[in-house]
Amino acid sequence: MKRVISANQAVSYAVLAAKAQVIAAYPITPQSSIVEMLSGFCATGALHAKFINVESEHSAMAACMSASVAGARTFTATSSQGLALMHEVLHYASGLRLPIVMANVNRALASPFNLKADLTDSLSQRDTGWLQFYCESGQEVFDTIIQAYKIAEQIQLPVMVNLEGFILSHTYEIVDIPEQSQVDLFLPSCPPRECLDIDNPSMFGSTTDYYINFRYKMHEDMERAKGVCGETDAEFKKIFGRDYGLVNTYLCEDADLILATAGTIAGTCRVVADRARARGLKVGVLRIRMARPFPVKQICERLRTAKKVAVIDRDFSPGCGGIFAQEVKAALQGLASHVLVYEFIAGLGGKDVTDKDIEKIIEQTLNTPNPGDSTWIGLLK
Amino acid sequence: MKKKYSLKSLDTLPITAISFLTTEGNETGEWRSQRPILDPEKCNRCGLCWMYCPDNAVQEEGGLFHISYTYCKGCGICAKECPKGAIVIEKEER
Repeated sequence: MKRVISANQAVSYAVLAAKAQVIAAYPITPQSSIVEMLSGFCATGALHAKFINVESEHSAMAACMSASVAGARTFTATSSQGLALMHEVLHYASGLRLPIVMANVNRALASPFNLKADLTDSLSQRDTGWLQFYCESGQEVFDTIIQAYKIAEQIQLPVMVNLEGFILSHTYEIVDIPEQSQVDLFLPSCPPRECLDIDNPSMFGSTTDYYINFRYKMHEDMERAKGVCGETDAEFKKIFGRDYGLVNTYLCEDADLILATAGTIAGTCRVVADRARARGLKVGVLRIRMARPFPVKQICERLRTAKKVAVIDRDFSPGCGGIFAQEVKAALQGLASHVLVYEFIAGLGGKDVTDKDIEKIIEQTLNTPNPGDSTWIGLLK
Repeated sequence: MKKKYSLKSLDTLPITAISFLTTEGNETGEWRSQRPILDPEKCNRCGLCWMYCPDNAVQEEGGLFHISYTYCKGCGICAKECPKGAIVIEKEER
């Protein structure tokens, strides 16, 4: 059924459809409405899940971890400082190989205090062993949460689904919520895995000198996840008629200049690419949907024929630059062809990235023979 | 479940570190630098030492209490809690 809902509500409906069994969460703007709605579903009995109110995000993830190690399908949602507070437990959850799904509503990290969109919160959790998706619409958010459970339970690693604060979280658009029978077909109940069993007592995450081996197995499964995510996306399309890819491309085939970004900035990029094409400039758009594991092969395939790539980052690693720009540069190392990568930092703290900004980015990239330091868009003079 | 795993190869290693031992297999008596000695003559069998021991190292059999030196870490809580002074702490000699 088609509904006009916010992307936060899309998350809640997706978790309802996925039949999560344990939800533990702590409120934080702009995430709160997700778990508010879910606690309503639990209260009315629409969702047969245990909703655990906790005193912090650290506890929320600890509760999800415990429920998951006992075999439950679990969910939590957070944002920014809340995600940062979870940091320690994020490593635990992935190390224990628990298929937890979390929605993170991207919000700038303090200080200074800012409630609006910025991807640095989740990108600073890159190395925690969680798969990461970045969405562009309410529909994609719904679909990715459903896909996330299937992927997580197959790979046995947790998945973080990211959506930008306010730009997505509080924006109402049409979302097609499929029939429960279709969701059940795609996502059956959690497949059996090694869990706590009171008849066979065991300890998960015990001290071991075999640490490097467990890390290697995680690495192998992260690599395997690239294929599994692709297959899951294809299977999803068969049932629901929609797919997204690990990366999503627009007019890239013959493009001289490709705008590469993640999240909602891609939509504006496509509009500007159309305008540039009308002026005879061959511009394409690459949206990176999956950041962990990083789809190096798919990115190289799309970028290999371009002359220049402008990476637009709504995130920033102080002392280094745009985070996606660094990842893209590293990915391109394996290519024989020399693609020039230009870095742009834009939209930090929810600042709008307008069509004019992107036109400026195209102009500067085309007119600059060699990439220099990152260029910051929309600073004071 | 237990038998399918081994530490011999990556293939037989589970995906996360799982120990099928309970803490019974974790013998902590070696940690001890002081040793509680329980005098059964003074003991009134109230069970406070048994209740307070953080490691279940005080064990009860037929209403009598004794200290398991396989697990006792020598923290001294039992001696502190004993209302009859039936437990004294001595230096551990090894």
